[in-house]
Amino acid sequence: MRAKYVLSEVAVGLWRNISMTIAMIITMAVSLTMLGAGLLLYFQVQSMETYYRGQVEIIIYLNKDIAEDDEAKVNLQRELESDPLVQSVSFKNKDQAWADFRELFRDAPDLIESVEKDRLPASFEITLKDMDTADEFIAKYREYDEETIERIMNQQDALEEVFSLMGGVQNLALMMALVQGIAALLLVANTIQVAAYSKRREVSIMKLVGASNWFVQAPFVLEAVFAGLIGAVLAFLALVAGKAFLVDGTFKALFDIMTEMSWTRIWLMLPILAGIASLISAVTGWVTLRFQVKV
Amino acid sequence: MTKHYTRSNRPSIEDINVSIEKGEFVFFIGPTGAGKSTIIKLLLREQIPDKGKVWVNNKEVTSMRRWKVPAFRRSLGCVFQDFRLLPHRTAAENVAFALEVIGKSKTVARRVVPEVMDLVGLGGKEHRYPHELSGGEQQRVAIARAFVNRPLILLADEPTGNLDPDTSIEIMRLLDRINRTGTTIVMVTHDSNIVNQMRRRVIEIEGGHMVRDQARGVYG
Repeated sequence: MRAKYVLSEVAVGLWRNISMTIAMIITMAVSLTMLGAGLLLYFQVQSMETYYRGQVEIIIYLNKDIAEDDEAKVNLQRELESDPLVQSVSFKNKDQAWADFRELFRDAPDLIESVEKDRLPASFEITLKDMDTADEFIAKYREYDEETIERIMNQQDALEEVFSLMGGVQNLALMMALVQGIAALLLVANTIQVAAYSKRREVSIMKLVGASNWFVQAPFVLEAVFAGLIGAVLAFLALVAGKAFLVDGTFKALFDIMTEMSWTRIWLMLPILAGIASLISAVTGWVTLRFQVKV
Repeated sequence: MTKHYTRSNRPSIEDINVSIEKGEFVFFIGPTGAGKSTIIKLLLREQIPDKGKVWVNNKEVTSMRRWKVPAFRRSLGCVFQDFRLLPHRTAAENVAFALEVIGKSKTVARRVVPEVMDLVGLGGKEHRYPHELSGGEQQRVAIARAFVNRPLILLADEPTGNLDPDTSIEIMRLLDRINRTGTTIVMVTHDSNIVNQMRRRVIEIEGGHMVRDQARGVYG
């Protein structure tokens, strides 16, 4: 099989049916973009979970009126430090709380001004030895003296909400990928059928002379694979643009909370998407032709 | 080499029992619609008989696995009334296609194709496209393609159907030459002139049945 000849046949074939080829490529690109976005989000959630699992803390907010050297606070601290469930305890007094608050919201001076310095309570930041014991731990201190403990917050709960939101977005992206993917598959099948039909005379002559099925089918399958690869490249570019303009641009504030979405991961998408696109195109092409190009 | 088949393909042909030896030149004659083309199709395994068997070169064609059929077809040569050349390739490329399909290299093709083109009398016209050739020339290309792999059998389905009488005779002379090299030829035709001139074995089909099998026959 002369490679150059086959390639030129593929190019001619795609060009003759240019509008169908373009439709095929666009649907594939959209589908692959959605798939890529879904995958990236999945990786993102995975890395965030790993990162935050090690860091997530329980925060015990103390009553505003308690001073740093109050006996109540000291007693609580001793109890916490000797608690077998606890890994580490660190005390943040009101001044520190205020400083942290100003740092966190430094871009929103209005917000800072609206909160009095004294309003922010002191807190104990606790890391447990085993996050699965969080509920047990919280239950233990829930009944503690109300005068001392204002509120106990499990940061993991807050994060779970973020995770579930991201999970929702991911599922949405994957569903769109699936729907678009089906459309793309059908378009590939249709385009190949049209191509095979328009070449039916050549195909029948080739079969008469004894060309093997593979020899006859290869150019059509290659057309589909070629279009799939172009679609994958387009999808990759779309993801790159997404990273550049959305993640690092418009929604930077949102994405800063999360662990970084590295460029390496985006580059990884190119071979993954290309592989998936080629495989699906090839299989669809082969299956379609089996029903068309029979001996 | 023996060829022998029987029986019917619904109403098309019925109960035909023929045996053809290597090197023979056999005409299948009869009115249109009598079932002659079906015979070619059976030999090529484009169709399978409802009852009976077909053997070509000691291989049973009827029970052959689907994926083996292309290889089988490469061992035959086939010529048709409508020439069936690939329109976007030159004459030489059309002939080379038969070699390509077998997997022969370009070098082999470069050597063999001109020989065959000379044999059929088209030396010098290798680079013409089918639409640039006359009917007779196109059929010569088809014959060259059918013959280039030196098949044991050459099938011809009304090869002179689209040609004028003089050209038809030239084509028959060519087929005769090929037959003399030892190639068995099975030809389906309703051209009485040719049959009468060549006086070869004639098998007459009428209404799907074989009515005559004569050694040096005429068109009756």
